[in-house]
Amino acid sequence: MTAALVGDELGPRGRRRVMIGSVVAAVGSVALVVVALRRFAARGQLDAELWSILIEPGVVRFFLGGLANTLKAAAAGMVGAVAIGAVMALGRLSRRRPLRWLAGLYVEFFRGFPLLLLILFSAYGLPRLGIRWPLFWYLVLGLAVYNGAVLAEIFRAGILSLDRGQSEAALTVGLTEGQSMRLVVLPQALRRMAPAIVGQLIVLLKDTSIGYFVQYPELLRRAQSTGTFDGNTLQALLAAAALYIAVNLILSRVARRLEVRQRRRYGGTIQVAGGPEDLVAVETAPDRSR
Amino acid sequence: MDVVFDNLDRFAAGMGTTVSLTVLSWLGAFVIGVVVASLRVGPILPLRGVGTVYVEAIRNCPLTVLFAVFFFGFPSIGILFESNFISSVIVLSVYTGAFVAETVRAGVNTVAPGQVEAARSLGLGFSQVLGLVVLPQALRSVVGPLGSLFSALIRNSSIAYTIGLVELTGTAQQLSVSTAQFVAVFAGAALAYLALTLPAGAVVGVIERRVAIKR
Repeated sequence: MTAALVGDELGPRGRRRVMIGSVVAAVGSVALVVVALRRFAARGQLDAELWSILIEPGVVRFFLGGLANTLKAAAAGMVGAVAIGAVMALGRLSRRRPLRWLAGLYVEFFRGFPLLLLILFSAYGLPRLGIRWPLFWYLVLGLAVYNGAVLAEIFRAGILSLDRGQSEAALTVGLTEGQSMRLVVLPQALRRMAPAIVGQLIVLLKDTSIGYFVQYPELLRRAQSTGTFDGNTLQALLAAAALYIAVNLILSRVARRLEVRQRRRYGGTIQVAGGPEDLVAVETAPDRSR
Repeated sequence: MDVVFDNLDRFAAGMGTTVSLTVLSWLGAFVIGVVVASLRVGPILPLRGVGTVYVEAIRNCPLTVLFAVFFFGFPSIGILFESNFISSVIVLSVYTGAFVAETVRAGVNTVAPGQVEAARSLGLGFSQVLGLVVLPQALRSVVGPLGSLFSALIRNSSIAYTIGLVELTGTAQQLSVSTAQFVAVFAGAALAYLALTLPAGAVVGVIERRVAIKR
């Protein structure tokens, strides 16, 4: 957590004001929670059976199945995105102009419009063009294509963040360009990128909820069905939200730990210019030392 | 591409909705973001806690889920808006606000501690230090990241389709179903989005250079 912006130790007057402010704020927050709960209670939304349905074994299995589908789509999407991202990043750094140009076009194009549009096209347009896959793969294709464009930028920033002397030295001792990239540059760059890559995994995991629009049975779709079936839409959706938050908090923790370790051992991590949309990378900005 | 040119009016209407949704939500998100970032760097612990919980919960929840909770869940506790558009502006503001808050806070971290100390020794109070000294510098240093959040917001506004608000993506989906011309319609919509995001990025680049702090 950032230190408070108060400079030196507060004097007696400042301490008293902070104390009063804290008490008022604490009472206010508790009061807000109470008002919210009373609102739930007044509309019968705290009734035990609405919530207890959620822990019936059948419902739990249904939810966890949805979570498993979400994680499966995210994992497959991530594998595809990493592959595409690596190819596009190397393309953008290539010495051949057409390759640079093509990879740049790919990155700019697919980052420029909504993932939802891409996935709707993938799921409804591709079958019209005679490409018939299971629903899962349309979703994964959309996730991989879009996040591949974002990862390409992360990879490129990671590779460029490395001191040029590294690849120059590698070439000097007689390695070919490919060897220098593979043996010297990438291993070091990957470490710097690790936090940003995990950050992008969180974005991708959240993006799987777009599967909702194409009837893929992921967590949100399952929660929605449960709610409609059992008449506890609010409770089911809140439970789904809590599951998403829990999984992503764990991933954020991993990202943060990687970042701290990275910073301790090797200095800064990368900061992506223009950044992945959810900007975990901004947090990895070098100046966090104060 | 005939199907696009024949339906230019519908595309234009969809784009109009996307733009107004984005701009209004951005205003909301910016206000929320600055307020929450201020809470999180302030000296009052409970308020810092509230800010942290808000940012962590919202950032880690998919936007689609927020839309669903707000639109399908909240009516059962009596929170219901007549207009899909207003609901969408609220959800998009709340969601983007969490990211703006984190970005502004990152910006606050880039302001040299000496600035705060100097302001304090001139006798400024917390809100003066923050409002007159720290935030102006912090915001200038995060124009680029805020710009990418704005572009992300243009794209994210499509998720309002969850609750049936027909903006650009919704228009494309409806047109593609009614005309069965998937490639042309989706290509048209993608280009329309690029026509929004690319100029927005260029404008942000200009602003970023204008306000950059020269050292």
